[in-house]
Amino acid sequence: MATPLIAIEALRFAWKGGPPVLDIAHFRLQPGERLFLRGPSGSGKSTLLGLIAGVLVPQDGQIRVLGEDLSALSPAARDRLRADRLGVIFQMFNLVPYLSVTGNVLLPLHFSPARRRALGAGAETEARRLLARLGLDDEALLRRRVSDLSVGQQQRVAAARALIGGPAIVIADEPTSALDADARDRFITLLSEEAARTGAGLLFVSHDASLARLFDRSVDLAAINRVSTSA
Amino acid sequence: MNAILSLAWQSLLNRKGSVILTIVAVALSVALFLGVDKARTGAREGFGNTISGTDLIIGAPTGSVNLLLYAVFRMGNATAEVSWPTYQQIAAREDIAWTVPVSLGDSHRGFRVMGTTPDYFVHYKYAGGRPLALAEGAVFDDLFDAVIGAEVARTLDYRLGDELTLSHGLGASDFGSGHDNRPFRVSGILARTGTPVDRTVHVSLEAITAIHVGWETGAKNPLADTISEDVIRSFDLTPKTVTAVFAGLERKGTILTTRRAINTNRGEPLMAIIPGEALAELWSVTALAERALMAVSVFVIAVGLVSILTSILTSLNERRREMSILRAVGARPGHIFSLLVMEAGLIGFTGAAIGIALIHGLLALVGPAMQERFGVAMLGGGPGLTDIVTLGAVTLAALVIGAVPAWAAFRRSLADGLSVRL
Repeated sequence: MATPLIAIEALRFAWKGGPPVLDIAHFRLQPGERLFLRGPSGSGKSTLLGLIAGVLVPQDGQIRVLGEDLSALSPAARDRLRADRLGVIFQMFNLVPYLSVTGNVLLPLHFSPARRRALGAGAETEARRLLARLGLDDEALLRRRVSDLSVGQQQRVAAARALIGGPAIVIADEPTSALDADARDRFITLLSEEAARTGAGLLFVSHDASLARLFDRSVDLAAINRVSTSA
Repeated sequence: MNAILSLAWQSLLNRKGSVILTIVAVALSVALFLGVDKARTGAREGFGNTISGTDLIIGAPTGSVNLLLYAVFRMGNATAEVSWPTYQQIAAREDIAWTVPVSLGDSHRGFRVMGTTPDYFVHYKYAGGRPLALAEGAVFDDLFDAVIGAEVARTLDYRLGDELTLSHGLGASDFGSGHDNRPFRVSGILARTGTPVDRTVHVSLEAITAIHVGWETGAKNPLADTISEDVIRSFDLTPKTVTAVFAGLERKGTILTTRRAINTNRGEPLMAIIPGEALAELWSVTALAERALMAVSVFVIAVGLVSILTSILTSLNERRREMSILRAVGARPGHIFSLLVMEAGLIGFTGAAIGIALIHGLLALVGPAMQERFGVAMLGGGPGLTDIVTLGAVTLAALVIGAVPAWAAFRRSLADGLSVRL
């Protein structure tokens, strides 16, 4: 079997001076897999994503991303790995307010020479192609300030940004919680399609269990996290 | 780094309102600093331009600055004079090519009156050897002719042929204690020089003697007015004393020996000064005030820089989200640090550049008028070294100051993770 995109063993994390937040014995994201991770708010979802993204460091245990042990990497190497191989979508306010729509989509390329090289001179075209695929092909819309876009449009721009340059893993943290049901399903479908097209694994986190039907596999964070979340 | 610079630029554009205010603060502080600096160098140059071509100024022993002040700048008074025979001895020296005696002490409506010889208009030079020129009329010819400086003509609105009376001493009043019994006629008006010459009324040495007939005791003899002009013209009007003597040497090489010879003159004690040396000494006196002024304007720049700090620090909280987005797309904490440092640097650079443009624009606009009114040339002729150094220093200081908010954001971006925890 191929190297899992994400492999977690005996992970423990607590914020500085606080009680343990996460204690996960085992977790995998397989290549090309679209995984739904369910957890209510405050269950440590965002913390887990921070750990996977290499922005936070666990006190104990191991996280391998694309086979690399994050704890063994320097902070700069973790940042490099994230820049090159990960795409991240947040719950809301995903966009840098002072950049244009395409400027936001192209943002990861500034920090990742690998992704820049992969696209070469076609970066701008690829950005427009991704935006068009996600239903944003109106020229006038692309010229608007990002803060003037609707939340649904902003989330699709964020999805295009996460996907540009073909990252291996796309992480989405409650990206649809501000969308209505229709827009939500459409967004997830588009995101899944594009992830599938580039071969990226998708780790989709939400409190809304009803979304699980749209994914290959579903994991309940409460089931794998041995820290009681009721505290 | 280029990407970060472009991000910094776009981030500033997004916060135009507050950023422009900060830039204005920096620009004004830099303009003030450079304005003070240019006024300073302009004044120094104007000072240096006041007299040239004169090798020695000779007077009765006093401080060299004092002699320079009253002989050239028409400020203060001579405590003693040089007798006419002594003057003649100096004039006769073989190493001296020319001499121009001057006699000071009277005034006309606030302007100093100077008695001298027509040679003054030949030998007195300013601004690197430029001779005095007459805008209208001619050098005095008659006993009661006066040649007035440009500022005198402008302020008092005098034309050729106008009459004026002198007053004794420096009082502004022309009545009673004055020489109103001996009116002068304006025979010439000098072209503007930007030196104290502009504010001087020039008459002949003999005229000074003539108007003081009847003043031998130091106060006006009541009978003085009864002496008619014709009688006065018949007197021997050779002055008994002169206030100072301008001298040019045959050969510049003898300047130190000539000066020593005059300073150690047997008989009447004398003092000779080299104008450039005395100017430097005078300048060192004013240097203290000048330094204080510079210090104040440096502090004003510091205030401008602090406003950069304030504007970036206050924006940090609302930008936490932006920072975590940047982190998520792969920015290292170092990138966040450089982003904020560059924002500060850009504000500093733009502010300083605008400040430089501002002061140059202002000087181009009012510089000629200032030169005319005050004789201070403040035109640097395009951006000079000072401007470039200031631009560099302000930008550098802004970068250093930017490290404060940058460090705060750096620490925070390490602690925040991907999500903002508020």
